[in-house]
Amino acid sequence: MDAVVEVIGLYKRFPQSARPAVHDLNLAIDRGQLFGLVGPDGAGKTTTLRMLASVLEPGGGRVRLEGHDVVKEAEHIREWIGYMPQNFSLYPDLSVHENLEFFADIHRMPPERKRARIEEMLAFTRLEAFRGRRAANLSGGMKKKLALGCALVHAPRLLFLDEPSTGVDPVSRRELWTILTDVVHQGVTVVLSTPYMDEAERCHRVGMLFDGNLLASGSPEAMATSLPFAIIELKARPRKEMRRIVGALPGIAEWRPVGDRLRLAVPRENGQVEALMQALQHRFADEGVAVDFMRVERPGMEDVFVHLVSERRHTA
Amino acid sequence: MSAENAIEIHDLVQRFGSFTAVDHVTFSVPRGEIFGLLGPNGAGKTTTIRILCGILLPTSGRASVLGFDVARQPEEIKKRIGYMSQKFSLYGDLTPQENLDFYASIYAVPRAGRAGRISELIELSGLGEHRKTLTRNLSGAWRQRLALACAIVHRPPMLFLDEATAGVDPVSRREFWDLIYRMAGEGTSVLATTHYMDEAEYCNQIGMMHAGELIALASPDALRAQMPGTLLQVDCAGPAQAFQVLEAMPGILEMAIHGARLHVSLAEPGQADELQRRLGRAGIAIRSLNAIQPSLEDIFLYMVQQRQPTPTHVVGE
Repeated sequence: MDAVVEVIGLYKRFPQSARPAVHDLNLAIDRGQLFGLVGPDGAGKTTTLRMLASVLEPGGGRVRLEGHDVVKEAEHIREWIGYMPQNFSLYPDLSVHENLEFFADIHRMPPERKRARIEEMLAFTRLEAFRGRRAANLSGGMKKKLALGCALVHAPRLLFLDEPSTGVDPVSRRELWTILTDVVHQGVTVVLSTPYMDEAERCHRVGMLFDGNLLASGSPEAMATSLPFAIIELKARPRKEMRRIVGALPGIAEWRPVGDRLRLAVPRENGQVEALMQALQHRFADEGVAVDFMRVERPGMEDVFVHLVSERRHTA
Repeated sequence: MSAENAIEIHDLVQRFGSFTAVDHVTFSVPRGEIFGLLGPNGAGKTTTIRILCGILLPTSGRASVLGFDVARQPEEIKKRIGYMSQKFSLYGDLTPQENLDFYASIYAVPRAGRAGRISELIELSGLGEHRKTLTRNLSGAWRQRLALACAIVHRPPMLFLDEATAGVDPVSRREFWDLIYRMAGEGTSVLATTHYMDEAEYCNQIGMMHAGELIALASPDALRAQMPGTLLQVDCAGPAQAFQVLEAMPGILEMAIHGARLHVSLAEPGQADELQRRLGRAGIAIRSLNAIQPSLEDIFLYMVQQRQPTPTHVVGE
């Protein structure tokens, strides 16, 4: 696979701020992938995406898209990339159809091609029934879909999306992800940002950003298996007894309540997980605590993120 | 009125003109429990909280907080509750210490114990080294901790959290919930709203709201048990191709591509063998196949679909 996006030592500091917004970022994104930049507010996601999309000039380092430098060859690049900012400026007074037309005209699409492509986008985003509605009167989810259609209307090969699902209700969010999966199937490379850890699971590869630094990147699977501990979830009653027993048992790296359950992090070395589960079963049985369930869970992206941040704090 | 329940709501309705924001909602929250009100924006969560805080008079139905009726005794309620929203109302040009002092005077915390209580809260929220920093110069996560400290300065037995952790990093979010659990352990009852479905995992009980109605009410585990089928995560070469192959297989309730993996909901767990056979025949190598738990968002979408027989989203093309 070849890297469509290459980022080398990318850096940006804004004048009013003491800390860089993006610090020494290195990334390679392969063609046809769905890549997620994941991190909380203020991590540097938007700044990174804006530099990748040649909207913001890097303070240092380089970005190459299909081998072209985003600063020196910005004009050329913009012909085949799409960029959807977080607060997309759709024209509220224009209809759905007129908005698509406007963005097609910006990219100087020939009339025939434009007409066909707009119909394609209306079908693709499931907005056909709303083509005459003014953008101002669309729901939040529909606005996002229209914004996505506008970013895709000139058929870019590479698409940058800044928090496409933020502020979108769960039903629309699910639909948006179905559409995004289709975009990827059509061969478009997609780079998106999200504050939601569960969305990281839907990406081929993920880059975790925190305080302007890339903590790690890789596939969700690889990230989950790279954790040095396994996650055990259990629920037993009475709750107080469950907590007391777990708290007194050695060999647990960390445990915390999550609702009625406890979530345990257990070092994965030589059979420790099985041994610990057995020990717990015995203790619960001895003390007459009823176990509803005890199971090994695949670590989530939030577990990965929390682990990476705490490691960073320890080494800092 | 039961003394074990911090909140009791019966057949609550709130109309604004012809719009029904809260539509015949009934639930209760036992003391010391954490209850999560879950739903998209506009589902009626904030309206429900405003009624419970004694700010909004319901159109019909009954609601009580800590044994006080929201319609007849709103002032009794206001004294005894803490409220924290996404838009923390903190004063940027005051320090954390000064913000806490301000809230302590609003809530009429007796002067004698005030300094001690504020020190305790600064300790609890870990704000010690920032106690003299102007609040506007604090990071979002620190401001959030301060907002929580301000909301509980008067030791309220009932705490309302309205989208309190939006935009906060996962580490701070966990630390925030550790604090909430400690308070619940000491007897504080909590009602939290969130549109971020993940977050509701932290709650003992969840009420799912959609278009003003309560469409589900149970613990996270009980909600999971209500989902039909077995959810499998299939890690295979070419999930898009696998999707096409499996479209012809009967007994698949739902399917979605998640990056390099496929999520398949099977009506019967025994069908996993058939699934493997079909992928094998098509020459698709399976790297791993695991049963996974449905997310609360999966459950919410299922519950919404149950109410609206027409499919609201289509899997694939």
